[in-house]
Amino acid sequence: MTKVDTNPVDAPALLGPWQLMWRKFRRHRIAYFSLWLVGLIYFMALTGGFLAPQDPDETNRRGIFAPPQGIHFFAADETGETRFQLHAKSLVMQIDQSTMRRSYEPHEDKIVPLGFFVKGYEYKLFGFIPSTRHFFGPVDPDHKVNFLGADRLGRDILSRIVLGTQVSMSIGLVGVIVSLLIGVSLGGLSGYYGGWIDTLIQRLIEFIRSIPTIPLWMGLAAAIPLGWPPLRTYFVVTLIVSMIGWTGLAREVRGKFLSLRNEDFIIAARLDGLTDWEVIWKHMVPSFSSHIIASLTLAVPLMILAETSLSFLGIGLQPPIISWGTLLKEAQNIRTIIEAPWLLIAPGSMIVIAVLALNFLGDGLRDAADPNAH
Amino acid sequence: MTDPILEVRDLDMHFPIGGGFFGKPTDIVRAVDDISFDVMRGETFGIVGESGSGKTTLGRCIMQILKPTDGSIKFKAKDKAPIELVGGEKDKLRGIWRDIRMVFQDPQSSLNPRLRVIELVGQCLRKSEGLSGQALADRVGNLLEQVGLRREFLLRYPNAFSGGQRQRLGIARALATQPELIVADEAVSALDVSIQAQTLNLLQDLQEEFDLTYVFIAHDLAVVEHVCDRIAVMYLGQVVELSTTEELFADPKHPYTRALLEAVPIPDPRARRGKRAPVAISDGSASKTGCRFASRCPHATALCQQSAPPRKVINGADVLCHFAGEV
Repeated sequence: MTKVDTNPVDAPALLGPWQLMWRKFRRHRIAYFSLWLVGLIYFMALTGGFLAPQDPDETNRRGIFAPPQGIHFFAADETGETRFQLHAKSLVMQIDQSTMRRSYEPHEDKIVPLGFFVKGYEYKLFGFIPSTRHFFGPVDPDHKVNFLGADRLGRDILSRIVLGTQVSMSIGLVGVIVSLLIGVSLGGLSGYYGGWIDTLIQRLIEFIRSIPTIPLWMGLAAAIPLGWPPLRTYFVVTLIVSMIGWTGLAREVRGKFLSLRNEDFIIAARLDGLTDWEVIWKHMVPSFSSHIIASLTLAVPLMILAETSLSFLGIGLQPPIISWGTLLKEAQNIRTIIEAPWLLIAPGSMIVIAVLALNFLGDGLRDAADPNAH
Repeated sequence: MTDPILEVRDLDMHFPIGGGFFGKPTDIVRAVDDISFDVMRGETFGIVGESGSGKTTLGRCIMQILKPTDGSIKFKAKDKAPIELVGGEKDKLRGIWRDIRMVFQDPQSSLNPRLRVIELVGQCLRKSEGLSGQALADRVGNLLEQVGLRREFLLRYPNAFSGGQRQRLGIARALATQPELIVADEAVSALDVSIQAQTLNLLQDLQEEFDLTYVFIAHDLAVVEHVCDRIAVMYLGQVVELSTTEELFADPKHPYTRALLEAVPIPDPRARRGKRAPVAISDGSASKTGCRFASRCPHATALCQQSAPPRKVINGADVLCHFAGEV
């Protein structure tokens, strides 16, 4: 921004507004921790298949509703000596002939050795590097281990959650970016020009906000043709969940524009001969960007929850797309919840963790961005 | 001294009250009402008045931050033809804003907290002269030294400065484009008394050095007496008295000016003044037809309530009162 390097005088160790904000943010313990957590979740979404021990779409007849398997550390080798060996106990399925219910018993002697960076199914790292290496899983690719259990087709829940993270977290992000674009441009127009444009946009926002959310989403989602490819459905669902999100942001941006327009330093910048465009981008936007970042962070969990509820109701994403919402849909009836509670608990807690972490992060950012809060 | 740099004629700035998308405005605030005066080259022209008297609005009209409802403001730069400011296009105004600069009241809010000093003071140079890099750093450094700050402050953010230092930054910023006229809107009001004195002395030194003309807007009469050559006293949008500083303080002719001068505290606990004429507290309203000060004036008569006072010239002072020179 400034020609710092050309100045012979040493830059004094003085902090700018962003550094001050970061400093304040660091002191907010939970928010700082949440930042790491959110970073971890997005990292998970980014690496995808690398963290998934098994192919999330691969069905397994012998593992239908298989319970979660624990990781054990010590095992006896061929000579009978106990050694350190990461392993899981393989499960033996029994079917009760009268009720046709499956039950699984761990087999004490048959172990599945586990290891880091093992070979497994083929996937694309970051979406474009073909690879068969996985972070953690059974050493023998033919073995199956379900750390968080399996679903009604014997698919591995952990792998599905990892892959679902990609869809769910990116819907949050893309939805927020769409809201940001609509919100900032409409809010900016509204606040900068005022007059009838302002009135029109504000009434539109009030109208949209007055419609109950769930019926609106349902109506929009029902309009998606069933025959569409999953990817297109995904983008349309993203647009639907950001339909509401932009209104709050637009109001916030408008308010900021209105209050900043008469601020002394904005007038001073105009008197310095800057054009309207330069005043907006050099002076106005930087002074509310921290607030926008904070409110965007708070909007991401809302988007995630919206996608989850839509998919849970069966009107959002449809299988074979894996998202946290479609995973939860598997746990819709009482029988499944009683027989295989991990179908509800595993994706449910993932959603709770992600939403809480994003909320705490957003709160921390908002506090740090507010110069009046100490 | 006799060559006017700024000619203000019949200036009006009216704000509508109420009225929105539907409906018409219900009333009009005459924040600046039919004001005319000249500012001479090289002088310090003071504008005083209580809160709400319209002095800041007047200053902003001169800067064309607010577009006046009516009237004319002519600016005569050195060796240039007079320019009409009212109704000027943005591009034309950007040129004028190099010759007329403004110092703001609140040094806290007039400096963008997100920019470094070099950018704050230098952005007008970047725009007007296309300076950047080392040349810009040199110029801004010189400016900082001229206002009594250190060159090392170039890369600091405004939050690292005290109130007085920030106001010096504001002054440096105003000086950057080598202006001829500076409108100082309550430039020292937000500062401590000791810092006020320093800042005023700085302004006076700079005036001598760069041959500047000031329009000095203030509410503190002691400050105005110290720096101004001529003073306009404003009350509810009108200039009620305009005269030289000596004349105004020696012989105030308008009852409002007198009340203002009597309200200046004497910093001596033993000193007592004679009994003052009672001046009512302002209720914000003004007579629509008569003298605006009539409701508070101790000398008001039926005439004052009914007809607007004429402008009288007494001993070189312009006074807006029916009984100027009599009471």
